[in-house]
Amino acid sequence: MAKRVGIEVSIAIAEAVKLADADVIPAYPITPQTHIVEHLSELVANGELDAEFIPVESEHAAMSACCGASAAGARTFTSSSSQGLSLMSEILYIPSTMRLPIVMVVANRALSAPISIWNDHQDIMVQRDIGWIQTFAENGQEAVDLTLHAFRVAEDRKVSLPMIVNIDGFTLSHVIEPIEIPDQEEVDKFLPPFKPRYKLDPRKPISMGPVGVPEVYTEAKVALDNALKASKRVVLKAWDEFAEIFGRKYNPVETYRTEDAEVLLVTMGSISETAMTAVDAMRDSGQKVGLVRIRLWRPFPSVEFRKAAGKAKVLAVIDRCLPPGAVCGPVGEELRSLFYKVPGAPKIFSFVAGLGGRDVTVERFEEIVDKAKAYAKRRPKELYEVIGVREK
Amino acid sequence: MKEVRLHGRGGQGAVTSAELVAIAAIDEGRYAQAFPSFGPERRGAPVMAFIRVSGDQIRTREKVYHPDIVMVLDSSLPSLVDVAAGMKEDGIVILNSAMSEKELRKEYGFKCKLAMVDANTIAREVIGLPITNTTMLGALLKATGIVGMDAMDKALEHRFGRLAEKNKAAMRRAYDETVVIK
Repeated sequence: MAKRVGIEVSIAIAEAVKLADADVIPAYPITPQTHIVEHLSELVANGELDAEFIPVESEHAAMSACCGASAAGARTFTSSSSQGLSLMSEILYIPSTMRLPIVMVVANRALSAPISIWNDHQDIMVQRDIGWIQTFAENGQEAVDLTLHAFRVAEDRKVSLPMIVNIDGFTLSHVIEPIEIPDQEEVDKFLPPFKPRYKLDPRKPISMGPVGVPEVYTEAKVALDNALKASKRVVLKAWDEFAEIFGRKYNPVETYRTEDAEVLLVTMGSISETAMTAVDAMRDSGQKVGLVRIRLWRPFPSVEFRKAAGKAKVLAVIDRCLPPGAVCGPVGEELRSLFYKVPGAPKIFSFVAGLGGRDVTVERFEEIVDKAKAYAKRRPKELYEVIGVREK
Repeated sequence: MKEVRLHGRGGQGAVTSAELVAIAAIDEGRYAQAFPSFGPERRGAPVMAFIRVSGDQIRTREKVYHPDIVMVLDSSLPSLVDVAAGMKEDGIVILNSAMSEKELRKEYGFKCKLAMVDANTIAREVIGLPITNTTMLGALLKATGIVGMDAMDKALEHRFGRLAEKNKAAMRRAYDETVVIK
């Protein structure tokens, strides 16, 4: 029987990696990801997890080692955050086109300057286009479940792509909460051993990642794009299988009290839970407000999102990232593209909130809904608005 | 849902206390969250930790701004920090202090419910160290009943192993000696 325990989310993620029986873990510690890899190094050191833990000299080396390990056929895990993820950047584009199913948990954190160890989504949005499958967790249970799900999807021969599970730094990584830690037997049923189609093997030599001359580069990139889009079927199928075994069902897009809603908040990650509480409060006061949460960020679940939100009049999209000089935040931009010239599409208003650990409270969500309602009547001057900026 | 804010100094174990209460509540079958005031850890600096305990799933990731319960591990903090800030109307402040109710109200202007215990003395005598985090758990249990003693014992045993006995004894003595003024 699965065991419900009070446990720090980071430790629970490390336990999930142990249950997945990872073979190689190259990692470099960085706040707020540290507890995940610390606990994994302990599990390896005390013999509870039979894996190679490689304490590398940098995140650049971590991802390089991940590529090598995965190419050799090892189930490979790492974790990073913020500046560390940025330092990996050069390598992050490689395992996707090389189809190496590395699993990484990113404990999302702001980018310098000014130095901030606190949570937002800037680190991962910089890496939006690396070609990895990406999910966002709302709570600790989901962080554990999505980590197991990531191994299952990434290593599926129909997919063979690296996958990131995003968890909000501190607001998830450092919280103790109730989590059902799955049974080894159940995990084994869900997650078969990793059997790559191709691997580096001196007895059967192949080349991986050679130069892509102009005659093949376009095709390689199109192949990645096709593979990433096609991965959605396996992402969904694996969630169905997960539900059968563990009893918890996940969808690429989740709705909360969207029936007859005129304004829909759109969120990703752990602020979704506070947003639900805000929706309850606004519904209690007679407002027709609902919530749509994006769990699968890449490949973007276009069909599912249109179905979930297409009937609303107004979408208030919240980005945890401020791309300077852009039209609006990345999630806002995505949804504006998705609904461009679609007849009867909702009006989309883009908000930026919760940068560098700024709390996104129930009051903030209420403020956002009020503003979105006002903008629906009278177009705002700007294409996005940063919420809660102190004037003095 | 009960919301708790702990005030301590870096290194005094406020975060550990918060974690142990949440673990005990979850062990009792309820829902709970514990988290630190995220930031660089500095020994001796005023720090906070937060707990939520509820019969239902907790759906918020906000910090605790309006606590039902405030617990202060360090007797010098109320002169530096407004520990009762934002407290709910019916809230209670639990203090590690050798002062009387009258003295506390006069010195710090508390108007709310109070509970106090001289945790420094208890910790020094029972544990042998002036670390009051587990001692103050006894005061928390006495003043609020937020979790049961059995679940708290279990959480301490799991965390401290053979050192648990002294911590449990200090917690029990604090439970007995805590004065609760409603």
